[in-house]
Amino acid sequence: MKIALKRLLFIVVVIGIWQGIYLAQLYPDYIVPSPFTVGETLFSGFVDGELLKALGASFKHLIIGLTLSILTGTLLGVLLGKSRQADETAGMYLIALQSIPSIVWVPLAILLFGFGELAVIFVVVIGGTFVMALNVRSAIHNVPPQLKRAARTMDTKGFELFYRIEVPASIPYFMQGVRLAWAFSWRALMAGEFLSNGPGLGYSLSFAQDYARMDQVIGIIIIIGVIGAVVDQLVFSKLEKNVMKRWGLLNK
Amino acid sequence: MFLEFNEVGKNFADEQHGSFEVFSDINLSIEENQFVSILGPSGCGKSTLLSMVAGLEDVTQGDIQLEGNEINSPGPDRGMVFQEPSLFPWLNVKENVMFPIKKKMSKAEAEKRADHFLQMVHLSRFKNHYTYELSGGMQQRVAIARALAMDPKVLLMDEPFGALDEQTRHILHDELMKIWQETRKTILFVTHSIQEAIKLSDRVVVMGTRPGRVIADFDIDLPRPRKRDNPEVIKLEKTVMDLLEVEINKVLKEELNHEDRA
Repeated sequence: MKIALKRLLFIVVVIGIWQGIYLAQLYPDYIVPSPFTVGETLFSGFVDGELLKALGASFKHLIIGLTLSILTGTLLGVLLGKSRQADETAGMYLIALQSIPSIVWVPLAILLFGFGELAVIFVVVIGGTFVMALNVRSAIHNVPPQLKRAARTMDTKGFELFYRIEVPASIPYFMQGVRLAWAFSWRALMAGEFLSNGPGLGYSLSFAQDYARMDQVIGIIIIIGVIGAVVDQLVFSKLEKNVMKRWGLLNK
Repeated sequence: MFLEFNEVGKNFADEQHGSFEVFSDINLSIEENQFVSILGPSGCGKSTLLSMVAGLEDVTQGDIQLEGNEINSPGPDRGMVFQEPSLFPWLNVKENVMFPIKKKMSKAEAEKRADHFLQMVHLSRFKNHYTYELSGGMQQRVAIARALAMDPKVLLMDEPFGALDEQTRHILHDELMKIWQETRKTILFVTHSIQEAIKLSDRVVVMGTRPGRVIADFDIDLPRPRKRDNPEVIKLEKTVMDLLEVEINKVLKEELNHEDRA
């Protein structure tokens, strides 16, 4: 409760300073709008459905893209984790691909698929796949050898060893991969939508920029930040923590 | 003979020296239903020998036979308990015990058997718990129940109580004795504790090091339960201690010499 109070106080102070700068009229309104204007813009955006439509479109892109990236990333990761040949041949390139910022893929996606939703989804998939693959690869490599030895003494080998031991033992790293894939995909989504023809939150942001609507720009940035934090804290971090605890990887 | 070691030796490939010999010429015959300890200082290869019986390590010289069949891979006729409990954290206690038998019988039968062995190790109350909720001693008891659930011909135990505190270890010694008397399993038990070996076993095989080999073989014909202050137990402990001291000093000396040269 005390922590919540501190956080609330902090945000009140920030908004207070912001309102102070606005009242001092140091900058024109289209550069520093009042926090209350931003609040009103957000409110009316939700009421007339514009923001909700953009949000819905963004989540659609995200869910399709993230699902695909988790699937392909897992397949790639298992391949690299299980096959030494594949890992020695392609492992290096995966790390190289992972280090490319997702906005770099946007021009490529637009040339391939035009300015539509397909290009956005492509960028989201690329954004999440490599980090997922790298985590699944580590997951397979980090299965405790002792568990495999124990399973082998219980007549478990071959494919059975893979799905009864290696798959469940990999779940903590897998969950870490899913959380990172979500974070990367979310960033890629905004980059992709920003340069697309909409709909989506990123598109709304670029639209607001074109019309010099600073209140909308700030409002959408706030929405993006809030969604990122809420999804990470309430969904992925929680899931990961529960898994880590069950797997005995967290101190009680 | 039930379990036979014929001229058994083990070499590891070593990049610097070509090949490294852990031990050689191990000849042993182990009778059914016996509790046999393999005792030795670290580095003598006792755990490696046990892993070879389990089929986890290749036999590089000679052969090991269980009821006339040569061992060259793991099999359900040999159950193993490791120093680390090696339980599967994604399964609860009962599911862990059911792991080796789940695919071999109906669910009801597997559950019945798991319940039976959990009762034997006094963990029925904890069957729905997950492993992170158990103490080290309880985890090791689950591991014993799991190995027994397979109904192996031989139970292999690799320093199973080595990581436990003194008090827990004594409790588990008593439990293991009861389980052994109840199931009459042949047990091959690796340890570096002289007291533990003499307290539990029908027979103690003492291994030496550099090179690894069998240096002594005692039949222990004392009534159980064996108390620590029993004069015969103390006498035996002293005999084995003197034997092992020579071996341990050999290792120490080598390590110290190595230090001087470095």
